[in-house]
Amino acid sequence: MHEFDWSSIPNSLPFLWDGMKISLEITLSAVVFGIVWGTLLALMRLSSITPLSWFAAGYVNLFRAIPLVMVLLWFFLIVPHLLESIFGFPRGSDMRLSSAIAGFALFEAAYYSEIIRAGIQSVPKGQMAAASALGMTYGQAMRLVVLPQAFRNMVPLLLTQGIILFQDTSLVYVSALADFFGAAYKVGDRDGRLVELLLFAGAVYFVICFTASRIVRHYQNKLKTA
Amino acid sequence: MGYNWNWGIFLQPTATGDGTYLGWMFYGFKVTIALSLSAWLIALALGAVVGILRTVPNKWLSGFATAYVEVFRNIPLLVQLFLWYFVMPELLPEKLGNAFKQSNPIVQQFLSSMVCLALFTSARVAEQVRSGINSLPPGQKNAGLAMGFSLPQTYRYVLLPMAVRLIVPPLTSEFLNIFKNSAVCSTIGLLELAAQGRQLVDYTAQPYESFIAVTLAYLLINVVVMFGMRWVEGHVRVPGYIGGK
Repeated sequence: MHEFDWSSIPNSLPFLWDGMKISLEITLSAVVFGIVWGTLLALMRLSSITPLSWFAAGYVNLFRAIPLVMVLLWFFLIVPHLLESIFGFPRGSDMRLSSAIAGFALFEAAYYSEIIRAGIQSVPKGQMAAASALGMTYGQAMRLVVLPQAFRNMVPLLLTQGIILFQDTSLVYVSALADFFGAAYKVGDRDGRLVELLLFAGAVYFVICFTASRIVRHYQNKLKTA
Repeated sequence: MGYNWNWGIFLQPTATGDGTYLGWMFYGFKVTIALSLSAWLIALALGAVVGILRTVPNKWLSGFATAYVEVFRNIPLLVQLFLWYFVMPELLPEKLGNAFKQSNPIVQQFLSSMVCLALFTSARVAEQVRSGINSLPPGQKNAGLAMGFSLPQTYRYVLLPMAVRLIVPPLTSEFLNIFKNSAVCSTIGLLELAAQGRQLVDYTAQPYESFIAVTLAYLLINVVVMFGMRWVEGHVRVPGYIGGK
């Protein structure tokens, strides 16, 4: 049986916290960019301009069909070279964090756009008709009438997707970027205490995600009764 | 931009002399399929049991099932995989742990990946099973009990036959997910499709061709599964329900 020794965790807490900050930074930026780009995709998908709706459908289906790991590998191994050769960035500059954020944002936008599309479609058609009758343009009606109601209903789903995204940020491991999980693995590997550090990382993720999903569920119930 | 496209690279013999690079890809493809399908079968069986337990009127059983689902849903897949691969052998009784560590590395990687994917997915399957059973009108269960069926009989003859048909469409997306999630197993060195893609980049220095080929292979899996499941869905549809005939 394994003999546990947790002593390497307290000393490495500052390092682990730095990793957690990177995880949170990736999550937050990807959520924000993902929702903005996802909203645009959803509007394109619902638009009556055929090329736009085909583009959005193709984009969403493509990103939903390939594994996140593959998307991240594209962004870590291929896209930096592409940018170097097109824009003449200095060779070997460290773009891992920005690549990670871009990869997650573009990937999650596909999932967000499906949530947002369903949200827009759940707003009764009369709302759009009433806005048009008041003399609003399509853009005004979307922005001032439909989207605010749609987003209110979607908040729990968007937050749940954010929790999933936070869990998925651990996959930046494939680029050796030291997010929280990467930091925990490095400390465990260095001190020969991989078992303890991995268990610790699992516990931390569990506490954060479990608490967050409880809060989302509480909010969802409040929304339902309101 | 001065990149030399060379699609012929796949037909060239590998640097290690074991067939062609296309052969490597095909090997990875087979590992991905074998891993995902075996994990899926276990996930279905376990998920069905846990999902049923969540709806049972017994505090202990449903509490256990809830805890099971929460644990597997709130820890990232990558962390779970590392726990199975690096931590589990240390926590097992010494004999069993040593036997695992002395076995063929490929077997170790495959077994850890399979168990990890199976349990991770089973929690999601359980949620679908639970919502399928809960979506049935409560009168069905009451009617079963009123007819003199015991609770297990009510599940066996009344609730489950309907629930099974209702949860096929949501299970389709879980089935697609297990193929995509299997790419995570490349991180412990299992040479499945994504890992072969990386290896191809290292050996051939043709990153675009390698990654495009691997991405297309995943798209192919996705399309085949989608059409297969659409066929199944067509056969199990319940008349009168949304999407029914």
